[in-house]
Amino acid sequence: MSYFGPGHGACPGCGLTIATRNVLEALEGKCFVANSTGCLEIVSSQYGRSAWGVPYIHSLFENTGAVAAGIDLALKALKRKDEGKVIVLAGDGATADIGIGPLSGMFDRNHDVIYICLDNEAYQNTGNQQSGLTPPGSNTTTTPVGELLPGKVGRKKDMVSIAVAHGVAYVATASVAFHADIRRKVRKAAEIEGAKYIQIHTPCVTGWGIDGKQTILSARLAYETALYPIIEYENGELTRVRKIKERKPVEEYLKIQRRFRHLFKHPRGKEIISMLQKIADENAAKFNLDV
Amino acid sequence: MKKVVRGFYSIAYSVKLCRPDVIAAYPITPQTEIVENLAKMYADGELGNCEYVTAESEFGAASILVGASATGARTFTATCSQGLILMSEVLINAAGMRLPIVLVNTNRALSAPLSIWNDHQDSMILRDAGLMQIYVETNQEAHDMVPVAFKVAENPKVMLPFMINMDGYKLTHAYEPIDLLDQEVVDSFLPPYDPPVYMTTKNPLTFGCYAPPNYYAEFRVVLQNAMERAEKELEKAYKEWAEITGRDWGGHVVTEGVEDAELIAIAMGSLTGMVRNVVSELRNQGKKVGLLKIRTFRPFPAKEIKEILKDVEKILVFERAVSFGYEGPVGMEVKSACFGLTPEFYSFAVGLGGRDVPGEEVMKIINEVYDGKVKQGFHFGTVKPFEEVVV
Repeated sequence: MSYFGPGHGACPGCGLTIATRNVLEALEGKCFVANSTGCLEIVSSQYGRSAWGVPYIHSLFENTGAVAAGIDLALKALKRKDEGKVIVLAGDGATADIGIGPLSGMFDRNHDVIYICLDNEAYQNTGNQQSGLTPPGSNTTTTPVGELLPGKVGRKKDMVSIAVAHGVAYVATASVAFHADIRRKVRKAAEIEGAKYIQIHTPCVTGWGIDGKQTILSARLAYETALYPIIEYENGELTRVRKIKERKPVEEYLKIQRRFRHLFKHPRGKEIISMLQKIADENAAKFNLDV
Repeated sequence: MKKVVRGFYSIAYSVKLCRPDVIAAYPITPQTEIVENLAKMYADGELGNCEYVTAESEFGAASILVGASATGARTFTATCSQGLILMSEVLINAAGMRLPIVLVNTNRALSAPLSIWNDHQDSMILRDAGLMQIYVETNQEAHDMVPVAFKVAENPKVMLPFMINMDGYKLTHAYEPIDLLDQEVVDSFLPPYDPPVYMTTKNPLTFGCYAPPNYYAEFRVVLQNAMERAEKELEKAYKEWAEITGRDWGGHVVTEGVEDAELIAIAMGSLTGMVRNVVSELRNQGKKVGLLKIRTFRPFPAKEIKEILKDVEKILVFERAVSFGYEGPVGMEVKSACFGLTPEFYSFAVGLGGRDVPGEEVMKIINEVYDGKVKQGFHFGTVKPFEEVVV
């Protein structure tokens, strides 16, 4: 059996499954997966049809940081640490909203856990409701575009800084546009004792309103516009960034996605687009992304 | 070894003897000294390979134990009141996942109004959660029931979380001489945890699947069946415990003077002692009253209770909780067990939020029911008109 699939029920082009396969391959299947409730869980863990070739547990939506901490403690107590690494695979809502308490506790106690946030920028399993990691301007079912409002108003929560502020020894972002980079980062995290945080940008075909074959393109454009900087922190220091050769305007990223399409005709669309461009410019300056 | 210890310590010491692998707890809302005692034992290196952690909340503590238990560890936590309710989502999940987590709930009231004092509202709300629940009368019984809890929870025929309920303050804060168990006694009774399945890379399994409608009901049926088996396995464990230690706490229920009784008073937990004294005094006066102490609340020993109550004229339940909009939950269960019988039924919610329950009050209630001076049904114990307490 492979580490993940066949047999999962994800959409063609799903970003979650690309990320998951790369994570599990990087660890050569020597890992324990704690998965929060969400799209990945639903497409992979139906009774009798599990797609997992590694030990896997799903408990609740908001407790995965703590469940993983418990696995780590049990492996220590039972002297079975050599069996494999403990990893979390959790969505952006499970991570940044409802599960941030147990995640903070896991970081704070510095359990030997690689916490991987699969960031598709909304509650996509239930049909695209906004989460703390939904970017501004996104049209979701709970931040719908209306006469007055241009989709989500407010910024994407900065989980990377939150992880760094906890003193987490290794914090990184990654993207399904760069498979080898995901694997390298997971392997690097696996060598470090204590809590680690990796946030992977995983486009959602249905929620974002893209074609299944545009997953990698979308993820790449998020990086090329500097809206999704690909960075690494070790012991609180920014140690590595993925440089951008010719940074593209944010419109290039926005225009191919249904969730942002209204920005090109809504009265407040220009305002939001310039806000997103400002965020991209700030990212480029802060992380020195431009070549 | 007899030693004067606080109720909390009687639990902590017994937990230590059970050789747990992972203990996680959040010691506030309200504060539970059991985990402080265990933390000190951990700090002193008395817990062997056990990992002890203070979580960020009771919700986190219970979730840590889900991960640890699924990985094959023997797990323990303690909590009460708001903390138990905060844990409830996780405990319900743990029951469905058949994880044999053991917890001690030091019963206390729920907010609002905020109260840190004793009643049973916290554990009663978890009646339907899929946890086994027992109620102890004394700190010695609490001390003795910890190994029993692990043994039955981890029994492959059962595999369910187990909650020991002991009254907050009434028991937990009391100092009394406890005959502390020897390690050899516990070791001879409680084997190491040998989980039928657990998370391991050697045999990768999926835990916590979701079940569509064509599977879900069957999972709930096997949970119910496990509870039915638990009734037998718990009874066996009670007996084995009595044989090994010489301390016989009885089975799911304990009775006194019920054979000729016209009225049977029913109680759980620390209140039982008071009711027993009153019943005994009344019997000395020639009144035909008896006592039924309920020890096991889930699985509920309905058949046994019905058999005991089959000829009695009056049933009187003392309890420390209310199901608002109906009546006291223990009374409801007893009535349901007695379906088909036609006794008079009375239940009294007493001692809510730590209110003292004096012997005179118990005596007055039993006498008035015995003499036919009380209306059948649900009542509160001694309470003032609300206008009198409003400031």
